[in-house]
Amino acid sequence: MEVNGHHYINTFILNSKFLNYFNNMRTYENQKSKELRAGMGEGLVEAGKQNPDVVALTADVKGSVKMDGFAKEFPDRFVQCGIAEANMVGIAAGLSLCGKVPFVGGFAEFVTGRVYDQIRQVLAYSNKNVKICGSHAGISLGEDGATHQTMEDIALMKALPNMTVLVPCDFNQAKAATIAAAKHVGPVYLRLGRSKMPNFTEEGAPFEIGKAQLLNEGSDVTLFACGHLVWEALEAAKALEAEGIKAEVINIHTIKPLDKEAIIASARKTRAVVTCEEHLFNGGLGDSVAQTLAMNCPTPMEYVAVDDKFGESGTPDEMLTNYGLRAKNIVEKVHAVLKRK
Amino acid sequence: MKTTTELQTIATQIRRDILRMTTAAKSGHPGGSMGTADWMVAMQFNIMKHDPKHFTMDGKGQDMLFVSQGHITPVIYSTMARVGYFPVEELKTFRKFGTRLQGHPSTEHGLPGIRMASGSLGQGMSVGIGAALGKKMTGDDSLVYTLHGDGELQEGQIWEAVMFAGAKHVDNYIATIDFNHQQIDGTTMQVMDLGDLKAKFEAFQWKVVVIANGNDMQQVLDGMAKAKALTGQGAPVAVILTTEMGYGVDFMQGINKYHGAVVSEEDLPKALAQLPETELGDF
Repeated sequence: MEVNGHHYINTFILNSKFLNYFNNMRTYENQKSKELRAGMGEGLVEAGKQNPDVVALTADVKGSVKMDGFAKEFPDRFVQCGIAEANMVGIAAGLSLCGKVPFVGGFAEFVTGRVYDQIRQVLAYSNKNVKICGSHAGISLGEDGATHQTMEDIALMKALPNMTVLVPCDFNQAKAATIAAAKHVGPVYLRLGRSKMPNFTEEGAPFEIGKAQLLNEGSDVTLFACGHLVWEALEAAKALEAEGIKAEVINIHTIKPLDKEAIIASARKTRAVVTCEEHLFNGGLGDSVAQTLAMNCPTPMEYVAVDDKFGESGTPDEMLTNYGLRAKNIVEKVHAVLKRK
Repeated sequence: MKTTTELQTIATQIRRDILRMTTAAKSGHPGGSMGTADWMVAMQFNIMKHDPKHFTMDGKGQDMLFVSQGHITPVIYSTMARVGYFPVEELKTFRKFGTRLQGHPSTEHGLPGIRMASGSLGQGMSVGIGAALGKKMTGDDSLVYTLHGDGELQEGQIWEAVMFAGAKHVDNYIATIDFNHQQIDGTTMQVMDLGDLKAKFEAFQWKVVVIANGNDMQQVLDGMAKAKALTGQGAPVAVILTTEMGYGVDFMQGINKYHGAVVSEEDLPKALAQLPETELGDF
């Protein structure tokens, strides 16, 4: 590792003026910050146009979860369930029996943790074609505080057999993931944030469930990221590039089924891994990656995540910064993991 | 259509099945199964429009039944087998490793006639309402039925569903409550008084039919026919079906222990003697 470290530093010094010619760092620009939940809302309207069996349900948060567009476009295919999430999940399961493709929308905590047993019995165990759209997920929800900031939802949902877990990284991808979820047969959890975040992936790019997305090639360390932290990982890769460290950035937008092949291949290449997510250490992306690596190619690894605590009130920016979910935190973890290489 | 006498005979055979299945499995829930046997037979053999030989998951053009208190699998499976969903011999596999006849109903194992897992209480009404809405959306004028334990009404989700169905005029849907006044820890009165059920459902904008003796086949047939006649009038229909837990065997009747306790091998002949084998024959 030390040898490699010196090697890269030397390379950096020698080639610094040619760096722009020789490095592979792809640049991603924030087109305009947008909310992921709004991406889902647009995707849902599109899915509704593509498939007349797509229906939507919400529990008194139609506007908050951006289902109002669908409700306006397809009033006969929209079910307002009132403030009763458990009943909503059961109704969705019943609708799916009749060939409908129900999208259930609510705040992520209340359509996962609050109704975990309902999801387990009638969606996962009964393997029904229902999509759960959890908006306001993660600590970047901000001012509402910890009651609403779920950071356990990935753990809960991925624990269920039959469940597919999608964590898109920006508005464009949230829209594409929604359209892909509508075409996928089986229960899906779609995790979405509330706040405006950089929108940087290509508009209209296809979303392939279960396929990791290589955003930047590198050879020294791999950053596996999901959700809002993908942008932070790209920012971290830029900063690392300036230090001569080539970071591979892979967007794991599908936590389950996990693209183990891509994870193993990249870890074999870089031999150092940092996972980045807006979730607790326990049960999130990091644990999925760690399990895969432990069983296939043990690799030094660090987590950028929240360590076993609840959030609090603050602006989205303050939350991400104070809970250590920024590019600079990723850089620090890269330095730490490279020492263990 | 079967005659009332024929249905009574089937119900007697099904009670024998329930006892023999649960004693053989050394586990299961005979009490509620025995109590609802008459209703289940009336439903599956006469009331419901369905095609057991050609089961489809989407149930298009057929009435659907969801048994929300999934623990009464002995009566569910026995009736389903006897009406033709699957071979009667398969009842021998109840609760055995590798069986399609899981302790609580599941879709995972592919048993014809089961559309949803149940057993975690309080969820079947929501599912039934969803299916009823699905039928409306697809222009299918068949009905959706659910069955619930009375103790199950203590689950909060039931009342979310009751409020929804009344407020949203889900009128192609009939929920039946097995009102046997028993639950695991004692009588419903001891555990949690259910109060005036009829008034409660009416307050939530439902139409209500009361069947005073749910172990009287004719009363069940008449009551369910009345419930059916009330559908399509802008409101969901509740049937309050008074039954006796363990009905058919004197030492089980009205005893809440038999919710989840089986008759011992030693006592089984005594129980079966009160329910003579019918021409349908044991499995």
